[in-house]
Amino acid sequence: MKELALFKKDWQSELRTRYAVNALAMFILVTISVILFSVGSENISEYLTGGLLWVVIFFSAMSGLSRAFVSEEERGTTLTLQLIAKPSTVFTGKLLFNILLVFLMNIAITILFLLLFDSFIIRDYSTFFAAFILGNFGIAISSTLIAAIISKASTKGTLYPVLSFPILLPLILTLLELTKFAIDGQSLSDSFTELAVLFCYDMIMISAGYMLFDFIWKD
Amino acid sequence: MTNYTLQLDKLTKIFGRRLVFKDIDFTFSEGNVYGITGSNGSGKSTLSKIVIGINSPTRGKVYHKLAGKDISPNDLHNHVGFVSPYLVLYDEFSAEENLKHFAKIRGIMFDQNFTDGLFSDFKLLDRKNDLLKGYSSGMKQRMKYIFALQHNPELLILDEPTSNLDNQGKDTVYNIINREKKNKLILVTSNEDSDLALCDEVLNVENYKK
Repeated sequence: MKELALFKKDWQSELRTRYAVNALAMFILVTISVILFSVGSENISEYLTGGLLWVVIFFSAMSGLSRAFVSEEERGTTLTLQLIAKPSTVFTGKLLFNILLVFLMNIAITILFLLLFDSFIIRDYSTFFAAFILGNFGIAISSTLIAAIISKASTKGTLYPVLSFPILLPLILTLLELTKFAIDGQSLSDSFTELAVLFCYDMIMISAGYMLFDFIWKD
Repeated sequence: MTNYTLQLDKLTKIFGRRLVFKDIDFTFSEGNVYGITGSNGSGKSTLSKIVIGINSPTRGKVYHKLAGKDISPNDLHNHVGFVSPYLVLYDEFSAEENLKHFAKIRGIMFDQNFTDGLFSDFKLLDRKNDLLKGYSSGMKQRMKYIFALQHNPELLILDEPTSNLDNQGKDTVYNIINREKKNKLILVTSNEDSDLALCDEVLNVENYKK
């Protein structure tokens, strides 16, 4: 499959250049360390810890996920990609790469939170797991599309979080709500409405991605 | 012969208030080498990018036809080979790794014998396993030809085909153009007299400014 071939190319390239993984790993370590230092011996509420989890995830995504397209633009290889694949293949390949990065990143962040924050207690893992899966897909899809948009701009670094914030806000707010439900021990069936919102968000963003990518990809 | 034709129909490009070219009507047919010339900044490369579908024209259309049938814009990349100074391949991969990735992404078989033949034509066979970041600018330029010919396209667009090449490299390129023109349509974008001497017909972009 062409999309998988593009994903494999990106993954091998990432293993050799460490464009995104290093940025993400450093960002996660620094952010969690800063939170730990600032909290000190204070007892923070369970809800606040759940909120902090998604704050770290949002800003980590901002630091690393744009690389999928920005690295191609910075190295001047965008033209090469345009010459070997149709736009939908490029979008799918880059999306697969970002999905892998988001899952690796968020699993690492969640494990660190479970280990380092005593007040991060999930009472219903099925609700948290469903929110986590759908949320990761949403972050990956939105980030891929926004990365493609900002890759041609001269102020990529600042534009990415600015443009991402309004697009990711509905997703993050729903994820915060679902994390609260998971902390409270609310079951999967009781969280159906919020999970349905997440699912619809993912579907809307992926449809918008495939519809808009042709226009973004070509000048 | 695959009967490939490229037709420009009243092609116009305007950047902001600057007219790049206007109403280019031209038909290119297989088996010929066409030159596209004009002074620096006249829009030669812009015209090449419009032809391969990377840039959009302000007005007009580009028709690619293979055996009388229109090629869909989504499938155009499999019919076009492009060499240009601003084309950059992946430095972190070796020359052969680059080509293997490109073949898989295109959805075609990687033909080891054919590729080795191209490496041999461009005097890169003994360096095919070296990372591209260790290549000189001339070697990278030769590698771009292998990239452009790897999928045996019907249309070959060579933007400044001999830039960064030594005399031996230029001779190789001219030999390849003469060999490939029998069953391909070749467009050469250049201001070099030696490049344009290979062309059967020359389109001057300067003539489409008014």
